Amino acid sequence: MIGLLLDALAETLAMVGVSLTLAALAGIPLGVALLVTARGAILERPLFNRVAGAVVNATRSTPFIILMVAIIPLTRLIVGTSIGTAAATVPLVIAAVPFVARLVEASLREVDGGLVEAAQAMGASPLQIILKVLIPEALPGIAAALTITAISLIGYSAMAGAVGGGGLGDLGIRYGYQRFEPEVMAAVVVVLIALVQVVQSGGDRAAARLNKRLTRRAIGKGVPTP
Amino acid sequence: MISLRALNKSFPGAAGPIPVLRDLSLEISRGEVFGIIGHSGAGKSTLVRCINRLETADSGQVLVAGQDITALSGSELRAARQRIGMIFQHFNLLSSRTVRENIAFPLEIAGLPRAEIARRVERLLELVGLADKGESYPAHLSGGQKQRVGIARALAAEPHVLLCDEATSALDPVTTKSILGLLRDINRDLGLTIVLITHEMSVIREIADRVAVLDNGQVVEQGSVFQVFTNPSHAVTASFVREVLNRDLPETLLGNLAHTPTTADHLVVRITFTGPAANDPVLSDLVSRFGLSLNIVHGAVDYIQGAPYGTLTVRMDGSEPAKQAGLDYLRHKNLKAEILGRVAANDRAVA
Repeated sequence: MIGLLLDALAETLAMVGVSLTLAALAGIPLGVALLVTARGAILERPLFNRVAGAVVNATRSTPFIILMVAIIPLTRLIVGTSIGTAAATVPLVIAAVPFVARLVEASLREVDGGLVEAAQAMGASPLQIILKVLIPEALPGIAAALTITAISLIGYSAMAGAVGGGGLGDLGIRYGYQRFEPEVMAAVVVVLIALVQVVQSGGDRAAARLNKRLTRRAIGKGVPTP
Repeated sequence: MISLRALNKSFPGAAGPIPVLRDLSLEISRGEVFGIIGHSGAGKSTLVRCINRLETADSGQVLVAGQDITALSGSELRAARQRIGMIFQHFNLLSSRTVRENIAFPLEIAGLPRAEIARRVERLLELVGLADKGESYPAHLSGGQKQRVGIARALAAEPHVLLCDEATSALDPVTTKSILGLLRDINRDLGLTIVLITHEMSVIREIADRVAVLDNGQVVEQGSVFQVFTNPSHAVTASFVREVLNRDLPETLLGNLAHTPTTADHLVVRITFTGPAANDPVLSDLVSRFGLSLNIVHGAVDYIQGAPYGTLTVRMDGSEPAKQAGLDYLRHKNLKAEILGRVAANDRAVA
């Protein structure tokens, strides 16, 4: 059973790791684009904003299991097959990109408008504002967004069994449910809980390290009062 | 240095556009500290944002160093903005950057070489008195220190104009004084033109050379700070001046003043001291030359831009001709002597 679990864990980590990386690479720029093209923002493009927003919403409202089946032709085009771990990664990425984009957009929106104004007053271009103000200031929020995405992907990857993707969820369903081996199901759940814990605390630590603002813990540690 | 010509600006409101600036014109000279004061909603923030086009005026012209800011393209505007520094009420420092990196920010934008940036940042840290705070993050600084970083950052690109938008409004009085002192030094040493927006007359008195009073989107009064303080002509100005210079008599005293002469009464006279005669011994002259007896009821002396400005309210007693001669003497000395009223000789409330 240990061997089964380890194989399944490796498959889950591969699916989640690859899809998270690709989703971050596409989702962060998309989130930035959603923010800066909004009405009144630094690169106002209302038409683009409306279309991109609609596509993001449509993708997010499609249930993952349906999305996975619906895009099988696309999956086959990209990885050459519609079955297996690599094939499962494609729908995971497609589901995660709009998710990341919305979370990133929300954390960018938290950046104080005064900072953007100050950068404009110094003569910064929109690209400089994005790269030197918005993203660095929102980094703790972006780290938190990626943590949430990673955990959602662990959940989604359990459904990847439907296309023979393997992974922990698939193991739990096949052995635990279909073969009546509840101890395998229990072991899978324990591993998943541990995995989510590790990801969450790692993400929290990264967010805290990136946050240079006053946190509740730092107050009272020799910080001067104004 | 800065010319604002017939600026109009309105913001959309629920019931049609709300005018914020109405046909506003202003001239600011090179090297001066120009204060703009107004109550909130008077349009002063919008006004200062029009100077670097963070707000675009609906009509009118903004000239900075001869360049028409309103006519610039995107990249020309960005270049022009690098020569116009700005500091803010809430500092607007990047929380993810250290003090040093915050000051370097405008220089990175301008694309200066790394070594040159480091050299300038070091000098600026020295200038604003934060040489030991270079590696701190803004969260660990006090309000006054944050504004010093803001000032250093605004000066980094060596601008010829510094815009201050309520730069001291979030600071306590002692810190305000030190920040204003720093701005004064910068103005003097670097010859920088400073435009300062505030709702506090004490800030204007502390630092400005000239002042414009803004009300309802228009300049209702402008002139040298001394002139505006000692001789406010508009009601809004007068109310601002009253905040800093308390020239009002106490209520109990005002209640006893009569405005019609009675048989035996004392004059209550307010003497305003400005100009060279402020240093003459006028009170003792009134006593020795005219045989008047004087009783001081209320008084205050302030220094505005280093010149004394005092008022003294006295109860003046003596024969009618002597009182008249005394008043003539004061006016001859170019001092303002206003008769506030009369009190009965036996009224002790004013004594």
